[in-house]
Amino acid sequence: MASEAHASEGATGYIVHHLTPLSIGEGFWTLHLDTLFFSALLGGLFIWFFKVAAEKATVGVPGLMQNFAEMLVEFVDTQVKDSFHGKSNLIAPLALTVFCWVFLMNFMDLFPVDLMPNIGSVMGVEYLRVVPTTDLNATFAMSISVFILIIFYSIKIKGGWGFAKELMFQPFGPWLLPFNLLLKLVEEIAKPISLALRLFGNLYAGELIFILIALLPWYVQPFLSFPWAVFHILIITLQAFIFMVLTIVYLSMAHEDH
Amino acid sequence: MSINLTLIGQMITFTLLVWFTMKYVWPPLFDALEQRKKKIVDGLAAADQGNKQMELAGKKSKEILKDAKSQSAEIINMAQKRASEIVDESRVTAKVEGERLLTSAKSQIEQELQHTREKLSKEVSDLAIKAAEQILQEEIDKTKHQAILKKATAQLGKLK
Repeated sequence: MASEAHASEGATGYIVHHLTPLSIGEGFWTLHLDTLFFSALLGGLFIWFFKVAAEKATVGVPGLMQNFAEMLVEFVDTQVKDSFHGKSNLIAPLALTVFCWVFLMNFMDLFPVDLMPNIGSVMGVEYLRVVPTTDLNATFAMSISVFILIIFYSIKIKGGWGFAKELMFQPFGPWLLPFNLLLKLVEEIAKPISLALRLFGNLYAGELIFILIALLPWYVQPFLSFPWAVFHILIITLQAFIFMVLTIVYLSMAHEDH
Repeated sequence: MSINLTLIGQMITFTLLVWFTMKYVWPPLFDALEQRKKKIVDGLAAADQGNKQMELAGKKSKEILKDAKSQSAEIINMAQKRASEIVDESRVTAKVEGERLLTSAKSQIEQELQHTREKLSKEVSDLAIKAAEQILQEEIDKTKHQAILKKATAQLGKLK
């Protein structure tokens, strides 16, 4: 389905075009407008849906919308209760937001790869990458926010000294302090990095495969893109679920006092 | 693929989303769920209790029905007994009344008879005296047969 304009640049040009975000600015001061726009749009969709459901929430027989919202709330609540044993007003809503937002952003992957870029090019937008989770900035933004919460709760629950002690004296006791510190720091820093890279890697690879399929002759495409899309339904849900569960697990670890 | 300012923008978006969810989305939905759970639990308990009460009521109604049946049978028995009693009683009274009527009629008849007899005997004696007077006026001197007359009068008087 490569459009004429891109065909002239060849397969590489087509792929690169699809993976280039719409951006303004130079160097670090670059903003990926498409990532910001679509993530905000999907976040707004999520908020709107749940806000309407919450406003209409009744104790009696729930409507279709409330039922769906409650199903998700109950699902997230079960996950939180399974791994987190403290009391927190933040973790469950955070997990719900993470799950729904990540799922919606991943879901953009299931739209035909050329659909929105072509609409964009008609409207004069040169580059458009519609899946925010294929942008490292989006995944790292979430994982770093979670990381900040991990540090915040570690210090809040264990105290500054308690957290420092945990970093220095575990798991091998005070005689191996530098080693402990190194191990713990790597462990902590690995959390946000693995969270962000896992989601990014899965979605980026998925998107790339959709782009590669789109380069094949049109009569082959359905036989490849349909199974991949079906498989992708599983992947996008699973990745959203994993991100949510790991967020809960990391935060419950931060709450545990050794 | 580079980290840049987008990261900060995404973090702001994420924070806003989480804050909004925490403040306006989670509590009402979760409360509704919890309250409904409680309502369902209460409802089930109430239904159970209702069933039990219905069973009890069924038993009670059976008992009441049984009682009522036996009571009605008793009442019917009593009524039958009373009815036969009344019939017996009235038979007896009727008999007594009849006898009483009979005796009073008899005594009345007796009285009447006595009266008639008296009247009759008086009339007969008067007639006899009149007849005797007529005969005697023609044949007997009053003074001469005074003794006989007196005797006869005395005898008649005895007859009365």
